[in-house]
Amino acid sequence: MPLSANDVIKIAHLARLGINQQDIESYTKDLSSMLDLMTQMSELNTDNVEPMAHPMDQMQRLRTDLITEHNNREEFMTIAPQVEAGFYLVPKVIE
Amino acid sequence: MEWETVIGLEIHAQLATQSKIFSGAPTAYGAEPNTQACAIDLGMPGVLPVLNEKAVHMAVTFGMAIEARIAPYSVFARKNYFYPDLPKGYQISQMELPIIGAGHLDINVDGITKRIGITRAHLEEDAGKSVHENFHGLTGIDLNRAGTPLLEIVSEPDMRSAKEAVAYMRKLHELVRYLGVCDGNMQEGSFRCDANVSIRPKGQTEFGTRAEIKNINSFKFVEKAINYEIERQIELLENGSKVIQETRLYDSVKDETRSMRSKEEANDYRYFPDPDLLPVSIDEDFKAQIKAKLPELPDTKKQRFKTAYNLDDETATILSSSRQLADYFETVVKLSGCEAKLCANWITGDLSAALNKAGLEITDSPVSDIRLAGLLARISDNTISGKIAKQVFEALWQSSSVADDIIAEKGLKQITDTGAIETIIDKIIAENVGQVEQYRSGKDKVFAFFVGQVMKEMQGKANPAEVNKMLKTKLQG
Amino acid sequence: MHTKTLTELAQGLRTGEFSSIELTQAFLKRIKQHNHLNAYITVTEELALQNAKDADLRLSNDKADLLTGIPIAQKDIFCTLNIKTSCGSKMLDNFIAPYNATVVEKLNQAGAVMLGKLNMDEFAMGSSNETSHFGAVKNPWNINMVPGGSSGGSAVAVSAGLAVCATGTDTGGSIRQPAALCGITGLKPTYGRVSRYGMIAYASSLDQGGPMARNAEDTAILLQAMAGFDEKDSTSVNIPVPNYCSGLNNSLDGLKIGLPKEFFGEGLNNDVAVILETAINEYRKLGAEIIEISMPTLKLAIPAYYVIAPAECSANLSRFDGVRYGYRCNNPIDLTDLYTRSRGEGFGKEVKRRILMGTYALSAGYYDAYYLKAQKIRRLISQDFKNSFTKVDVIMGPVTPTTAFGIGDKMDDPIEMYLSDIYTIAINLAGLPAMSIPAGFVDGMPVGIQIIGNYFAEDRLLNIAHQYQHVTDWHQHTPKGFE
Repeated sequence: MPLSANDVIKIAHLARLGINQQDIESYTKDLSSMLDLMTQMSELNTDNVEPMAHPMDQMQRLRTDLITEHNNREEFMTIAPQVEAGFYLVPKVIE
Repeated sequence: MEWETVIGLEIHAQLATQSKIFSGAPTAYGAEPNTQACAIDLGMPGVLPVLNEKAVHMAVTFGMAIEARIAPYSVFARKNYFYPDLPKGYQISQMELPIIGAGHLDINVDGITKRIGITRAHLEEDAGKSVHENFHGLTGIDLNRAGTPLLEIVSEPDMRSAKEAVAYMRKLHELVRYLGVCDGNMQEGSFRCDANVSIRPKGQTEFGTRAEIKNINSFKFVEKAINYEIERQIELLENGSKVIQETRLYDSVKDETRSMRSKEEANDYRYFPDPDLLPVSIDEDFKAQIKAKLPELPDTKKQRFKTAYNLDDETATILSSSRQLADYFETVVKLSGCEAKLCANWITGDLSAALNKAGLEITDSPVSDIRLAGLLARISDNTISGKIAKQVFEALWQSSSVADDIIAEKGLKQITDTGAIETIIDKIIAENVGQVEQYRSGKDKVFAFFVGQVMKEMQGKANPAEVNKMLKTKLQG
Repeated sequence: MHTKTLTELAQGLRTGEFSSIELTQAFLKRIKQHNHLNAYITVTEELALQNAKDADLRLSNDKADLLTGIPIAQKDIFCTLNIKTSCGSKMLDNFIAPYNATVVEKLNQAGAVMLGKLNMDEFAMGSSNETSHFGAVKNPWNINMVPGGSSGGSAVAVSAGLAVCATGTDTGGSIRQPAALCGITGLKPTYGRVSRYGMIAYASSLDQGGPMARNAEDTAILLQAMAGFDEKDSTSVNIPVPNYCSGLNNSLDGLKIGLPKEFFGEGLNNDVAVILETAINEYRKLGAEIIEISMPTLKLAIPAYYVIAPAECSANLSRFDGVRYGYRCNNPIDLTDLYTRSRGEGFGKEVKRRILMGTYALSAGYYDAYYLKAQKIRRLISQDFKNSFTKVDVIMGPVTPTTAFGIGDKMDDPIEMYLSDIYTIAINLAGLPAMSIPAGFVDGMPVGIQIIGNYFAEDRLLNIAHQYQHVTDWHQHTPKGFE
């Protein structure tokens, strides 16, 4: 298999994604099969092919520098898990 | 062993736009927490970024000022990492194709000019702020700053001392303010610096392992932090240890740098082009428009001041150090019709001293350029003497009157009427026979006594040149 | 009333045959009656009745749009002001959006009556509607079968007569595949034609909202209201929206239909192939010329898609961190714990699988081999389509290799599930418009045919679909028990 359980644990940490101990094996298997599927891509020579990030060959439109959004804190905070004095709260951040 | 220091700086300059880089929320500093964070800044589900034209405009303006290559095609990328002040879990930045390519900036240290390479400058969004006090052991997140446009300016590792690094940073600070692309307010974090510092044995060409000192927010601290870091690294190497590549934080209270291990782990940012934004195209038209409005840059202005106004290097440097000061100077010269030197002396002398004392910037000067010009014009046309002018200046500072009114009101007009001066001179000569004798016997120094006496008698209002001329004639008998 | 088309209903509202209130009540009643299909996550009864009341007033003032007073439903991926928008996930089970998606705003403007929010695969990741936190949706043609996904709730609502029409989104086939498996008409527009603002992102460069309805004409009416430039979406395209209804009756004489041989090879169920052949014959009779073409890169669409879509989703879903909205785990001990548990508990297995895949594909050392390679293949696929459109007007083929499979059948084998997207995925990579229309039945289960057009050729696709529906009645079939 192209991936080990350890790889999966590392990726999961990078993605801050908690996965159950008992699921690690199945994720390892599934991701490995996906990677196997992707090896097909190497069949095709893509030298000198420009990568395509967007379906439309367009350029970014620019917005006029105007203030259009106004304070909506109270409404935004009604859907927040934990707030105090206008701040969002999280466990202590150690710098 | 002799060591050589190698320094490169990454400067984050907040662009002075009204609204954020990708949303229409305001960027003003100091608002109540989270009152300037809209759905886009908060990373709400489904919302999308649209690029602020002004931010692009400002980046290109800066690029032109450092004679950089402006990318005809640049791309925004997502820099992925989790941090509570980063609402989307990624920062929109630029990686492979930044908007501004290689340019340069000339600095002057101890009379020697040195060219510092600028590798690139790219647009990105700022993050919010974490507040650790007053939340009973928790951390509060304020996202007002999230989405504020930043221009990250990355230098080449061209600096060899803390002094050079500070000179570069000051020069850049002056430039961005000149261009009006950044307010340069370092207390508010509008202009921040990360320094990459390494050392190597003198003569060695390859670089040593570098440490990155994050978020230094004053010129003084940049100098101190770098010097501390140099000492630390020399000590490590001389003791046979190694410098570890890491991020360090400068503690200005303890005057030391320390490792920030918490931010070190898992430094895999997984950059990829942001699919919500399209490539930015800068065409010749856009560039031409900006070029047409590009202000005269500090170095060019300084040269012009030296040649056009015949100013010395130091005065020209001071007057060209900010656009507002330079404009003030040129307005005064133009309106007063005086010799530039006189204007320069007054601005760098009395006016600057008064501003310094009051803690004011030139833009807030109680004496406007028009009113100062009115005063200087009266010196120039001999209405008042330089000494009286200082009195008038005081009055200008205190009131909103113009010089002519103050002069008239206080009767400060200089006496150029030779008859009146002559009468006084005659009186003084008659009263001081002894001194006249001394003068005539060769004691030239006594001359000043006579000038003083005449001026005193005339309350300083006599034209000094006239007094000198007449006194000389009379004393010689 | 629920078997009538949108056009017929709009007519009825105008002649006063029934009011929007009556119509809305009838649909609300059906939704309750067929609750077991699990098509809706949220039913907004009160709001719907209010909308209907407003619509009746508007109708009486003669200021009505075709959609005014018509009961529709929104896929629960579109943010709706003050109404829960869950995206089929536990992560957003408590999320009340403080804004409307542009699509929602536009349909509100048109006076449509919103009945509620439709079930879907979690964050639109799935092809069977089984990954929804709110449970699987059942196919009205056979309740043991999946309806397809991710817009499964939308397809079922239309097919079972629980809404006149519905919105869907399509990232790799999520409109076309459920439309095919439920026997309705669905259209994935050109990328950039319909605003993505307020539509919760799965894979931003592939996602596109679109209409799902009982026939091509209804689809055209709904698309008319959804499409258009939106300055809030940088990827929205500023090209005028044509009148999608005016060309529906154009003749197909001389139409060049391309059939890529890669679409008809191994993997395609024989019975489905026969239905396709019959449909193509029908087009021949309508005056079309059939041309065989070849698109050799098509087979790489699946691997390229399953790199690009997860890569984009891995970043798009990072914002769900338990800080500002959405699910937060209980008593986090520190910041990492807050993140990993909120995300670990809030996301389902398929979503996690894709986040992991995408994170891996973008991570240091693998970016070039996976992400960049996939983007290059994307370019080649897109060029393959471009070349084909120099020879033909539209491309036709299957939507799915088989009819709907059984609920639970493929849940343990994600790869097999992914492979069922083979005919739809390439279109999203290229950003082209495509439709699925009903073309027959195998063992009582619907089969769809796919029509792929050039960029912004939605009007042509609708015309081609409408002409077919003029001479066939597959789109008029109704599942048993839902007549």
